[in-house]
Amino acid sequence: MSETLKVPTMAEYTAQGKQPEVLFWVGCAGSFDDRAKKITKAFVKLLNKANVEFAVLGTEESCTGDPAKRAGNEFLFQMQAVTNIEVLNAYEVKTIVTACPHCFNTIKNEYPSLGGNYKVMHHTQFLKNLLDDGRLTIEGGNFKGKRITFHDPCYLGRANNVYEAPRDLIRKLDAELVEMKSCKSRGLCCGAGGAQMFKEPEKGDKDVNVERTEQALETKPEIIAAGCPFCNTMMTDGVKTKEKENDIAVMDIAELIANAQDL
Amino acid sequence: MDYLPNILFAVILILGIGYFAKNISKLRRNIKLGQDIDVSDNKSQRWKNMAMIALGQSKMVVRPVAGFLHIIVYLGFIIINIEVLEIVIDGLFGTHRVLSGLGSFYGFLIASFEILAVLVLIAVIVFWVRRNIIKLKRFWKREMTSWPKNDANYILYFEMVLMTLFLVMNATDVQFQEMNSGNAISQFIAPWFEGFSESTLHLIERSAWWLHIIGILIFLNYLYFSKHLHILLAFPNTYYGSLQPKGQLNNLEAVTKEVKMMMDPNVDPFAAPEPGTESDMPAKFGASDVQDLNWVQLLNAYTCTECGRCTSECPANQTGKQLSPRKIMMDTRDRLEEVGKNIDANKGVFKDDGKQLLDDYITREELWACTSCNACVEACPVNINPLSIIMDMRRYLVMEQSAAPTELNNMMTNIENNGAPWPYNQMDRLNWKNE
Repeated sequence: MSETLKVPTMAEYTAQGKQPEVLFWVGCAGSFDDRAKKITKAFVKLLNKANVEFAVLGTEESCTGDPAKRAGNEFLFQMQAVTNIEVLNAYEVKTIVTACPHCFNTIKNEYPSLGGNYKVMHHTQFLKNLLDDGRLTIEGGNFKGKRITFHDPCYLGRANNVYEAPRDLIRKLDAELVEMKSCKSRGLCCGAGGAQMFKEPEKGDKDVNVERTEQALETKPEIIAAGCPFCNTMMTDGVKTKEKENDIAVMDIAELIANAQDL
Repeated sequence: MDYLPNILFAVILILGIGYFAKNISKLRRNIKLGQDIDVSDNKSQRWKNMAMIALGQSKMVVRPVAGFLHIIVYLGFIIINIEVLEIVIDGLFGTHRVLSGLGSFYGFLIASFEILAVLVLIAVIVFWVRRNIIKLKRFWKREMTSWPKNDANYILYFEMVLMTLFLVMNATDVQFQEMNSGNAISQFIAPWFEGFSESTLHLIERSAWWLHIIGILIFLNYLYFSKHLHILLAFPNTYYGSLQPKGQLNNLEAVTKEVKMMMDPNVDPFAAPEPGTESDMPAKFGASDVQDLNWVQLLNAYTCTECGRCTSECPANQTGKQLSPRKIMMDTRDRLEEVGKNIDANKGVFKDDGKQLLDDYITREELWACTSCNACVEACPVNINPLSIIMDMRRYLVMEQSAAPTELNNMMTNIENNGAPWPYNQMDRLNWKNE
């Protein structure tokens, strides 16, 4: 399958004197994490299918600085931000899409005052636009009637008020969207944000991802849908803790759509 | 001698309002100990937020039961206070129910006050039951012991007593009952006093009248010492609250200057600073004490009414960690009060007391437990932002003390060296394409 992926870089586009319609910001998880790489590929397949002229930065991409900033290291964050902005501005990037809500939030909200002004979209918003414009179609197929619950990533939902794009996509799969008791603006965190992903949690009675997984399991889902590579990891771990990994899949929205079409 | 009550009333009124004004000016001074922050933008949106969130209680009703009861008490508080206007005029000029000349409209007003008073009384009793009998979890967290616990109950008792006095005052007012207009509720209370002589009734009515207005003045002055300050500060707090997306954390300008200097090959790092720029550099990065926070964060701390919605939504708190966003706000306020008292005691200058917000009030364990999920910010009915304080304190720990947990230091070293939080080579970023 991998041979069919077309993943041009910004450098290649520029060499041909062309400009892609959108830059796909892959992010660290999407580049290096084994689970998240599958999300990246699923999204690329959809971009290829819809004939979207996109490019990635490839080896010129670097961490947005989000985990450093949330850990309190403003210096490191701004060093990363200024370096990334130099690269993005040199390529005259106008529109960015990313499958990571943390990259999305940082580039969209925290780069402008440092000189980086772009139209930034989360991949669920971008896919929704492709569908609305008729560039991509979904045949529900594999997920028809399946019970799917959506876990709102904090940095997409509360942080930026994007609640409907991922849900619209799930509905388009003809799946049965079931909501957890705390969802949308009151959705519970998966436990990874604020640089928690990279450290052990403080002492408590329970891990946050287990609490959230329990809320998800209450909806008796067949699939827990996520829109963030970190949430995906946390929920997958939670499902394993609950020994439900054989019954319940944790999948990104992009994977759902790609799989629905057997891409 | 005839003027004695009027004079007494005027003296009590002046004392009550004067002491309150004195404390409010102290409050302003304490809030201004915070760093400056520009909140002069977007005035129309700010007014709108204040109208919707503070005046309109829009975020209260997210929890329908508490929200509904709160709206009753809130309306009661605002509307019944129109009555205070009449009490003040009567008290100062020796008149009795001076506004009754308004006729049937007066009857309508008093009737609605009476109905509201009963509703408030019921709502306050339900609040008390939720707090003390049902023991809702968020009212019994570890920060809700001693004063915070008592404070909450005192407020409820105050309101019960004030509402009762208002109704008794009306029920024992013979002239008012004879008017038979506006005594919607008190007409049913009046029969309880049937056997009493007119002079006894008058005595009870006068006592209730005096206790009612003195009670209101005491309550007014109690505000400054209590979480109940929110009834005033909710308005400026929602006005000055952040208008940015919740995910947006401010970029420290002082850091931007340094980073730009490091990145710009034309800058001479040894050049003398331009005049005036040196003073723009803060003494330290992040916050270890209340003076390092900005004044909106300090206003937030005084506004907090300890309802605990933030804490009950906090993922760290829900899973048994020490962090409670409400405690962050209470600690900030308590430390600010301590600093204020220190300034009062030392003729207007703060004398180092060897204490600070970090460690003496808020522990590192609490700060590092935060997932920055913004659930607390979303939950606050008056737009308080505990997360911004947590982040400023993390900044101090990392940038001033290099005191991040080891795993986070590893993560940051990775970002510095290879542009990712994990130890992968930046040159391998596109390898997924061919895997």
